[in-house]
Amino acid sequence: MSKTDLTRRTVLRTGAVAGAGLALPTIFTSGARAFTNEPMGGTVTLGFNVPQSGAYADEGADELRAYQLAVEHLNGEGDGGMLNTFSSKVLEGNGIMGHKVEYVTGDTQTKSDAARASAKSMIEKDGAVMITGGSSSGVAIAVQGLCQEAGVIFMSGLTHSNDTTGKDKKANGFRHFFNAYMSGAALAPVLAARYGADRKAYHLTADYTWGWTQEESIAAATEALGWETVNKVRTPLGAGDFSSYITPVLQTDADVLILNHYGGDMVNSLTNAVQFGLREKMVNGKNFEIVVPLFSRLMARGAGENIKGILGSTNWHWSLTDEGSQAFVKSFGTKYGFPPSQAAHTCYVQTLLYADAVARAGSFNPCAVVEALEGFEFDGLGNGPTLYRAEDHQCFKDVLVVRGKENPTSEFDLLEVVEVTPASQVTYAPDHPMFAGGALGACNAG
Amino acid sequence: METILLQLLNGLDKGSAYALIALGLTLIFGTLGVVNFAHGAIFMIGAFCAVTLSKLLNLSFETIDPEKLDFLGNPAKVKTPYVEAWFGPEFGHALIDWSVPLAILFSIPIMIAVGFAMERGLIKHFYKRPHADQILVTFGLAIVLQEIIKYFYGANPISTPAPDAFKGSFDFGAMLGFDPNMIIYPYWRLIYFGFAAVVIGAVFSFLQFTTFGMVVRAGMADRETVGLLGINIDRRFTIMFGLASAVAGVAGVMYAPILSPNYHMGMDFLVLCFVVVVVGGMGSLPGAVAAGFLLGILESFSSMNAVKSVLPGIDQIIIYVVAIVILLTRPRGLMGKKGVMED
Repeated sequence: MSKTDLTRRTVLRTGAVAGAGLALPTIFTSGARAFTNEPMGGTVTLGFNVPQSGAYADEGADELRAYQLAVEHLNGEGDGGMLNTFSSKVLEGNGIMGHKVEYVTGDTQTKSDAARASAKSMIEKDGAVMITGGSSSGVAIAVQGLCQEAGVIFMSGLTHSNDTTGKDKKANGFRHFFNAYMSGAALAPVLAARYGADRKAYHLTADYTWGWTQEESIAAATEALGWETVNKVRTPLGAGDFSSYITPVLQTDADVLILNHYGGDMVNSLTNAVQFGLREKMVNGKNFEIVVPLFSRLMARGAGENIKGILGSTNWHWSLTDEGSQAFVKSFGTKYGFPPSQAAHTCYVQTLLYADAVARAGSFNPCAVVEALEGFEFDGLGNGPTLYRAEDHQCFKDVLVVRGKENPTSEFDLLEVVEVTPASQVTYAPDHPMFAGGALGACNAG
Repeated sequence: METILLQLLNGLDKGSAYALIALGLTLIFGTLGVVNFAHGAIFMIGAFCAVTLSKLLNLSFETIDPEKLDFLGNPAKVKTPYVEAWFGPEFGHALIDWSVPLAILFSIPIMIAVGFAMERGLIKHFYKRPHADQILVTFGLAIVLQEIIKYFYGANPISTPAPDAFKGSFDFGAMLGFDPNMIIYPYWRLIYFGFAAVVIGAVFSFLQFTTFGMVVRAGMADRETVGLLGINIDRRFTIMFGLASAVAGVAGVMYAPILSPNYHMGMDFLVLCFVVVVVGGMGSLPGAVAAGFLLGILESFSSMNAVKSVLPGIDQIIIYVVAIVILLTRPRGLMGKKGVMED
């Protein structure tokens, strides 16, 4: 048996010591840093969160190449790339506001929980002041939420779901990439012009946030031009063989198949559709057509010859001839030996836009960066004049309608630009029903 | 009627792949008593044999064509495959075109070697260990193998088309008196079904009509007694492991034009094939084949729009629902024997 001497004095003394001990870390940090991960030495750390394993690893690798190039250019190395063509001239090649840019990388694995864990680790352990990257809308939305809570800026990579800057938008999150609504608005007039206004469309859709919003956007845009939607069928992610979803199309009177698939699913569903002779089929006296609303050149390669003549949309393509695109293709191509993908382009541009916003704001404070990016108009980054809209943090710029090239001249020459749809045609009201339900909220500086 | 016929055809080609993989799994389980979770990876390596041969035949030398420019504006490099330079453009092109069927010959020795290496190098050390250990080690091996493939070939699917002669599809509708264009089926998938039937027939004949097969069957029934007769049954079982690997490998080769190979394709098939083996009855070869086709066809029918409108999502779970029903009513599976995995 032991006897405990518990007096009022000892309780108070122990409580005071314990309280001071618990408060100590926050006393130091809150006094020293005005916001999460304020750069203290001569460097600033950015966190590149890309899929380094899993099905989108090749796209992630291309994003990482672009980030490394952006860091080089920001630090004044290499040929400067798009810094030379960017309309804003505050970046001087001396890092960001004199802080040399360093970076850490994380592996999203294209899984929301893994992506959040790697972003959290980069923020908490490595002191990243900004997180960027990713190749999936599910991941982008998850990481964007985390960055909002942690008080750092999130510059999303490849994410095409309306929800990223719609119902799941956040004050600390910004998207340069286009979205499903814009694909529909750009693609539908081209489809109607080429295939006629009297068409019956059958949708096969990847069963997650991106697929749903793309299906909704494309169906709405095509129906507005007179098309009828015959059926919308959801397919599981990574279904592999799509034959059992393709064959029912044969027995309907649909004359267009719209594949709301991305990555490996797109390659497989398109390959299956071509194998089943859909492209040679005549329905209602018309040629049967296949449409892939979101094209990726990296993934189009997997579909081989099957993409020839197929219409779709893309955020950017290396064959663009504007000054900015050419400068980027030259830098990237000289360093790596092949042209950049659209994922690489958006990631490179996002890094430059962040650095520029910090320099214009004169601070790394996320709230100052948010203010600098909101309503920011710029040019020279490959998509023509662009606006970062304040209401939803979405970039508004021209959208490319592309087609699988019939006679490619090289292994990279898979898509040709059919039309550059002007930004005005793909712009929508901030309170558009497809984007309703969320609010930016207030910026969080940590 | 047209829909039912089409889904039946769909089920047959999916079932062919399930049956071929499940056949190999059962052979290994029946002979060596090992639950081999790396078998899906073997199927995937088979598909990559087709990719590799296609890449080898496409190996090219570069010449600079001053007339054309590359994406950076420099004079473009034009690639000419060595086989076209060596054997003439026509024959060279035909070789490249027929790379998938040729890859069957290419893959058999490779797959047997991979099977031997796996069995001798790793799996034989786990014969006397519990099934849980075998599952863990073979599952780990499968992940290692798929990461190796990803390292060399990347994560994106790689297009591996069938020969030009087999592109396009066959119009069953017109043949059977239905409307044309209603029941069309790709030639290559029909070939796959025929191919699977031949391979399954060959494996059964080998086990049924050769002395080697007879000894193996005797070993499967009573390993100890066969060993006491002075027959080196272990060596024969190793050969069977190689054979099972070759079966899964050629199944993968022929599947490459149907599904552009990617490093993960083996895992996608593996879980389903285990269900096939369990439904067919552990250790029963005819059971594995029958269950492969049965589940392939059921999966295909369940993804019909008419079925899904009544039972949404049924296409995703049908195989598992059937597995539960069969195991509840026939605990040893369709053709399972008493005593297998019951000691």
